[in-house]
Amino acid sequence: MQLIACPWCGPREELEFSYGGQAHVAYPADPAGLTDEQWARYVFFRDNPKGPFAERWAHSAGCRRWFTAVRDTRTHQFVSVGPLAGSEATP
Amino acid sequence: MTTAHATPPGAALPEHPDALWRDAEPQRSYDVVIVGGGGHGLATAHYLAKLGITDVAVVEKGWLAGGNMARNTTLIRSNYLWDESAGIYEHALRLWEGLEEDLGYPILFSQRGVLNLAHTEQDVRDSVRRVEANKLNGIDAEWLDPDEVAKVCPIVNVSADIRYPVQGATFQPRAGIAKHDYVAWGFARRASDAGIDIIQDCEVTGFVTDGDRVTGVRTTRGDIGCGTVALCAAGHTSVLLDMLGVPAPLQSHPLQALVSELLEPVHPTIVMSNAVHVYVSQAHKGELVMGAGVDSYNGYAQRGAFHIIERQMAAAVELFPVFARAHLLRSWAGVVDVTPDASPIVGRTPYDNVFLNCGWGTGGFKATPGIGWAFADTVAHGRPHPLIAPFGLDRFVTGALVDEHGAAAVAH
Ligand SMILES: Cc1cc2nc3c(=O)[nH]c(=O)nc-3n(C[C@H](O)[C@H](O)[C@H](O)COP(=O)(O)OP(=O)(O)OC[C@H]3O[C@@H](n4cnc5c(N)ncnc54)[C@H](O)[C@@H]3O)c2cc1C
Ligand SMILES: [Zn+2]
Repeated sequence: MQLIACPWCGPREELEFSYGGQAHVAYPADPAGLTDEQWARYVFFRDNPKGPFAERWAHSAGCRRWFTAVRDTRTHQFVSVGPLAGSEATP
Repeated sequence: MTTAHATPPGAALPEHPDALWRDAEPQRSYDVVIVGGGGHGLATAHYLAKLGITDVAVVEKGWLAGGNMARNTTLIRSNYLWDESAGIYEHALRLWEGLEEDLGYPILFSQRGVLNLAHTEQDVRDSVRRVEANKLNGIDAEWLDPDEVAKVCPIVNVSADIRYPVQGATFQPRAGIAKHDYVAWGFARRASDAGIDIIQDCEVTGFVTDGDRVTGVRTTRGDIGCGTVALCAAGHTSVLLDMLGVPAPLQSHPLQALVSELLEPVHPTIVMSNAVHVYVSQAHKGELVMGAGVDSYNGYAQRGAFHIIERQMAAAVELFPVFARAHLLRSWAGVVDVTPDASPIVGRTPYDNVFLNCGWGTGGFKATPGIGWAFADTVAHGRPHPLIAPFGLDRFVTGALVDEHGAAAVAH
């Protein structure tokens, strides 16, 4: 099991965390103005890169806070972690 | 030339058996280029040949069927909830029933039935509903109470004092398992005999496009021209679609499985439990084969985390106390392409001559002959076959999802 460095608690075992998928997916600014196609993109479509991926994690069995991490999906290794707003964690 | 070396004792091995298919070199172009030499790509090739289309290449980045085809737990069943799924999975099951004859090759298809256990009142209601839906679609299905479950599979713990007591199960007698490697080899052999080129160690790295057509695939062994492209790359589909600039709602996850050491025959059927989260069968040789759900995060590493295996084993021992002293022999993982509604994505792309087959996630082995047949027909006629028409990319815009989470949850 790998250790994940929670920005608040430090390194903890992977099973304390839950996965939240792709980071930086903003709620549409003008929801009423979206086409069906644009809604589909927002609701169902997420990036799926083979390589570095900015994603949300929650330390659910610890401090219960969300944070942003960049993880390499080829190796599953964490490249960097940062707080939620975390522009520093953008690849 | 003869050599006079004395052969060391034990080194006199039998001749390597003849290869079952030709290891082809890429030609300049083909009518159809199938990307991915797993079960689906090879089955598509076989059924294209049956339609008389043999100017075809199957290009595979690794070795033949070394992806999920080599890693799956081979459960085959068709007891899905919705009509759309029943259509394609039952079509596949009927083809499985005649496949050994069609391929002229043994595939060890063993129809030993599948029990899907229900542990809560909601499970019971959902299961009975699924049984009725299956019957309406002409699929064999029964609802069994706990005593009947114990008759079908005496080693399942149906006592009331476990954490999630067994309240009953659905049973599909025609479900079964097959030998995955033999299935791949059988398809490859027939396709190759028909003149189709199977090209291993040949990774597609890009596409040559001309407006809304793809005129060639770029590979690690040079460019190959193409009339039609058929994508069958399973967990790596997003990587290919990114090259084409086509978005699709796919997430690639590690999916693990494991086997025990070889045991006497103790387990006569297949048992799946969504609530306790494990499924188990016993392979022909005697090892218990177990699986569960995907690892939670996206990953292309073909390996998963050990705590997932640990939970799977805990669930298995709860349901089958007799397994407590079995030893885990090995575990492994594949990369599966999961969709929002747990149904595949098959059909057209924004490119006129590129057809997509992906999103089978944790359960596409059972579909192999069915999707190969329907995808070949789709490629041959340049339009989605009716059996796969409900599974187009456009369903995420229209909202006509085929939500199979209930029937597909604990992987397959
Ligand atoms: C652990 C595990 C257990 C499973 N258990 C079951 C089960 O019990 N029942 C069931 O129905 N399903 C099961 N599945 C799912 C099933 O294995 C898959 O849905 C199915 O194998 C996908 O189709 P395929 O055989 O064509 O995929 P694959 O065998 O993965 O074929 C895709 C091929 O494409 C190749 N490829 C990818 N990118 C490129 C490229 N750029 N260029 C060239 N080639 C490329 C890959 O190397 C690979 O060989 C399981 C999967 C796993 C991992
Ligand atoms: Zn924390």
